[in-house]
Amino acid sequence: MPSADRLAKLFLIPLGAFVLAFFLLPMVRLVAVAGSGPNGLAEYLVLITNPRHFGTLIATLLLSATATLATLAIGVVVALFLGRNRFPGQKALIAMLTLPLAFPGVVVGFMIILLAGRQGLIGSISQSLGMGRMVFAYSMAGLFAGYVYFSLPRVMVTLLAAVEKLDPSLEEAARSLGASRAQVLRDVILPGIGPSLMASGAIAFATAMGAFGTAFTLATRIDVLAMTIYTEFTLSANFASAAALSIALGLITWGVLALTRNFAGDRVAAAG
Amino acid sequence: MTDTPAPTGAAITLSGCGKTFPDGTCALEPLDLQITPGETIVLLGPSGCGKTTTLRIIAGLESPDAGGKVLFDGQDVTQLPIEKRNVGMVFQSYALFPNMSVIENVAYGLRVRGVAKKERLARAAEVLEMMRIDQLAERRIDQLSGGQRQRVALARALAVRPRVILLDEPLTALDAALRDHLRAEIDGLLRRLAITAIYVTHDQAEALALGDRIVVMRHGAIAQIGSPRDIYFRPADDFVASFVGVTNRLEGAVRGGRFETAAGSIAVAGPDRATASLAFRPETAVLCGAGDSGLRFRVEQVHFQGARQRVQLGAADGGRLVVEAAADAVLVVGDDVGLVLDPARFVLV
Ligand SMILES: Nc1ncnc2c1ncn2[C@@H]1O[C@H](COP(=O)(O)OP(=O)(O)OP(=O)(O)O)[C@@H](O)[C@H]1O
Ligand SMILES: [Mg+2]
Repeated sequence: MPSADRLAKLFLIPLGAFVLAFFLLPMVRLVAVAGSGPNGLAEYLVLITNPRHFGTLIATLLLSATATLATLAIGVVVALFLGRNRFPGQKALIAMLTLPLAFPGVVVGFMIILLAGRQGLIGSISQSLGMGRMVFAYSMAGLFAGYVYFSLPRVMVTLLAAVEKLDPSLEEAARSLGASRAQVLRDVILPGIGPSLMASGAIAFATAMGAFGTAFTLATRIDVLAMTIYTEFTLSANFASAAALSIALGLITWGVLALTRNFAGDRVAAAG
Repeated sequence: MTDTPAPTGAAITLSGCGKTFPDGTCALEPLDLQITPGETIVLLGPSGCGKTTTLRIIAGLESPDAGGKVLFDGQDVTQLPIEKRNVGMVFQSYALFPNMSVIENVAYGLRVRGVAKKERLARAAEVLEMMRIDQLAERRIDQLSGGQRQRVALARALAVRPRVILLDEPLTALDAALRDHLRAEIDGLLRRLAITAIYVTHDQAEALALGDRIVVMRHGAIAQIGSPRDIYFRPADDFVASFVGVTNRLEGAVRGGRFETAAGSIAVAGPDRATASLAFRPETAVLCGAGDSGLRFRVEQVHFQGARQRVQLGAADGGRLVVEAAADAVLVVGDDVGLVLDPARFVLV
């Protein structure tokens, strides 16, 4: 159908113009702004050359990575439990667990404060147990909890689907060969849900790297990249630095996503 | 090095093993079954009759209802999970690990037993050679054909030298020619290894060819246990007879040592009976000229099949039979023919 093809191509032109205008132009502008500050082109490397920014980068990376790993670990356990067992109220439970999908970062931050803030639940419990008021909402720990809370529903939904798609006879075959539960998990289940682990982990990581609402709600003094960009931009009016940091944040996150996509793609091919 | 002794089959006893699933489905009525060491037992029956459930109870993937017992060599293993029973399993879907190569799949059972890498790869290679697939050792699973996967699955199950091998419709996913070929191969292998084998199928030809004994199942119960010959020539009831190949049936009565039917009469042993039916297989009857025997039929259809002809006969009362004739026999539709039956190969019920 060559005429239909030609028609499709005709529609591609306005679509291309749209993409160009709305995606590329602001990015080009961002790059230009970053290079037009008092430091000139050196500003691009501000993330590495400025020790405070570099520290923030490392902290952000560590926080995002550990929050991602924790989310995946919890997600695997929950998904295996929900995927393997049938009990009354299961559908309702799954629906409830996915409720936070709709919450913006601000609400998640608010909930963390309710949980671990100065008047929070954990504080009251620990105080009544005579261990003093435990308050960690306004620190990295609070942010960690917030990121896990934020990503868990997405990760869980993805992993649950993957667990339910696993061929149960693979697990039975491994057990018939003498594999223990732990060996089945290592050799059959984790490789089986590997691509989903990769994909949902990458999304969780990218979300954590760029999350702003949660951090902003919890404390403006937490040093994570999104916070730093905000302060550079609004408080210091340092547009060049803010732009350069934005570009760096974007590139790092994009790189991690691309890397896992490549890796997961290979795994998917190997799994046939 | 954890070397298991040379494979010798286990004796298996099921006693009172029933199975009711949590949703209330009664898949299996309590059944008893004795399997002698080294024997190949075939579970045969239509879909949903409980073959897989029986197999899974023996494997330890399913536990029998209270009161049921599974014994291996006289030892009660009912509470033992599958990973402790040392059984090899071959699944209909093969269930090969997609994240491992062929040789890693075959060596997996040795790996989880803690056999050193060099030793387990050597032993896996040996099994691959026995199955004549050593050239596939480094392949990924998605690079194998159905027949090759089948062989890998069998090699993987045998590599740990199990006491029992359980096969659930292992050939169903393959095409007919390959199925015959692999069936002969599996048969030879099971005999050579003298391993106890339980083979599930709904294909009667496969069952007759492979089994030392056949267990015909129906609605979660055993309909008949016997050698392939018993099952084929002396089916216990209508269900077994019709499930295991085409069976002809003549209705009539026994009077004075003769079975009388609409088509005539023939001599039989046994007392008089007001109603009786005589069952026989197509290939046990021989056609002859009309009047040369006590039975007389009309030729209704003739199908030439190469080596043989398949002939449909009609009796005066409208009953139909299917028999076989030599390829060069001249048969004309509408003619009358006689039929000679071998008294040793028909059953009167
Ligand atoms: N987990 C289960 N829960 C409930 N019912 C089940 C379960 N597994 C099997 N059944 C039922 O038990 C009966 C016997 O099933 P089984 O799988 O043993 O049959 P089968 O003889 O292997 O049949 P097929 O030839 O189709 O594989 C069927 O009616 C089936 O629906
Ligand atoms: Mg079955």
